[in-house]
Amino acid sequence: MKKLLLAATALALTAGMGLAQTTVRMGTEGAYPPYNFINEAGEVAGFERELGDELCKRAELSCTWVKNDWDSIIPNLVSSNYDTIMAAMSINEERKAVIAFTQDYLPPAPSSYVALQEGVDLEGGVIAVQTGTVQASHIAETGATMLEFPNIDQVLAAIRNGEADAGFGDHEVMRPFVEDSNDLVFVGEQVKLDEGIGVGLRQSDTELREKLDAAITAMKEDGSLNTLIKKHFGDDAQTYE
Amino acid sequence: MFSYCSDPSVLDGFAWLSCYLTTGTHMLFYASFGVVLLLLAITAPIALLFGYGGAMASRSRIAPIRWFGRIYTAMVRGVPDIIFFLFVPIALDQGLEWLRHKALCDSDAPVRQGNDFVVCAAAKLPLSTSPEWVHDIYAMTLAVIAFSVVFGAFAANVLYGAMQAVPRAQLETAEAYGMTPRQVTRRILVPQMWTYALPGLSNLWMILIKATPLLFLLGIEDIVYWARELGGAKTSSFAYPHPDWRLYYFLVVLVFYLLMTWVSERVLGRVTARLTQGQATLAGEAQRKAVAP
Repeated sequence: MKKLLLAATALALTAGMGLAQTTVRMGTEGAYPPYNFINEAGEVAGFERELGDELCKRAELSCTWVKNDWDSIIPNLVSSNYDTIMAAMSINEERKAVIAFTQDYLPPAPSSYVALQEGVDLEGGVIAVQTGTVQASHIAETGATMLEFPNIDQVLAAIRNGEADAGFGDHEVMRPFVEDSNDLVFVGEQVKLDEGIGVGLRQSDTELREKLDAAITAMKEDGSLNTLIKKHFGDDAQTYE
Repeated sequence: MFSYCSDPSVLDGFAWLSCYLTTGTHMLFYASFGVVLLLLAITAPIALLFGYGGAMASRSRIAPIRWFGRIYTAMVRGVPDIIFFLFVPIALDQGLEWLRHKALCDSDAPVRQGNDFVVCAAAKLPLSTSPEWVHDIYAMTLAVIAFSVVFGAFAANVLYGAMQAVPRAQLETAEAYGMTPRQVTRRILVPQMWTYALPGLSNLWMILIKATPLLFLLGIEDIVYWARELGGAKTSSFAYPHPDWRLYYFLVVLVFYLLMTWVSERVLGRVTARLTQGQATLAGEAQRKAVAP
């Protein structure tokens, strides 16, 4: 047993001692269409996949994509399992205390309430949200009773089975579900919550942040970012000036 | 998969379903059943080995080894499994990376920088440049270790109890024949203990089968992950939009686990019958009487 352990340790220590070239591992949730999702081929797809690949090309980095549950997406970034988060993560003060962000690559997105019919009590009712999102922080501050779920599917299921009076989430994520269904409707006013969506990075990783920042700036200047946003979120989506 | 699948939006009925069930993600779902079986096949012998080691250590005449064995079983059995499954892989991963950082990196930079755990590129485990399957195997290995440590502790306790249950007279007779302690263990104790250990071990095996969905916690894409992922409502961003079908996917997973445990019950029943043969136990006696005229 001891020998086995020693051998395993030695193997672990020497494995891949060769040249370590930098590959950037891009973390994402893969369950938040149209931002990021797993397509039929089993690969990460969506707006952030395309944008991320383009950013890597411009910054001359080789990138691979890694899936990680939303719940543990920040802890696993901080412990270096991957190097970036591109998962529709809104920039806010709470997260900035733990990780760093690039400038935003999507303007502040509206969040919307979804319910089965008009006239539900959004201020005092039961509202379902995805846990750890800016929408969850918002509901926690209103008078409503908050129900948290690990992903958006379960939020919608909770509305349908009557567990929650309404759900609250990113407008662009909710829109296809509402448009495809014949029972869900948008209710109440849209709310703007965040400072836009950016790439999340470790605070110590300043070099990578500068590279990605430069690439985002370049894409904003030549209009290619706006084209990409329109491609995935429709012509009515908010774009950069 | 099939040639007519190129444009799923025009398909319906059986054609749609046949294309839907053969997409890349479904193939990964089917493959994940193999992942679960592989985990079981690797973990069970390793856990048994850990258990045997733990049981022997607990019986050792040398006090420090005995303490080690007792502490191992007591500690692991006393901590909720889920905490071990979360703790062992992270601790192991960061521990190994820290060792590699000390050995391979030139910099004196600390691995903890504020919130961040950072090692140099050469010390990463696996390297960022490694292909995806290396990352998968690494994650799987950590999972196997975590499972083995936990189930090994339970197995150690079962085997320890089984060793104590072998009648003292059997061992005394062996000693009287002049066997060394080592010979007594190998020839008398171990062959007889299995019949006492088997009920406990078969229980453990069932619990191990049912604990495999915890893989999902360790970031391994097992059947539960894919059932949730594929079953979730798919909007028109996807080629095969459908409403929430998680119920059906979980039903498939449920049937799989029931089948697994059903097959295990049968196999374990046969093994028990085989091991009882010629034993000085009630069941062994019953077997002997049934055969005798």
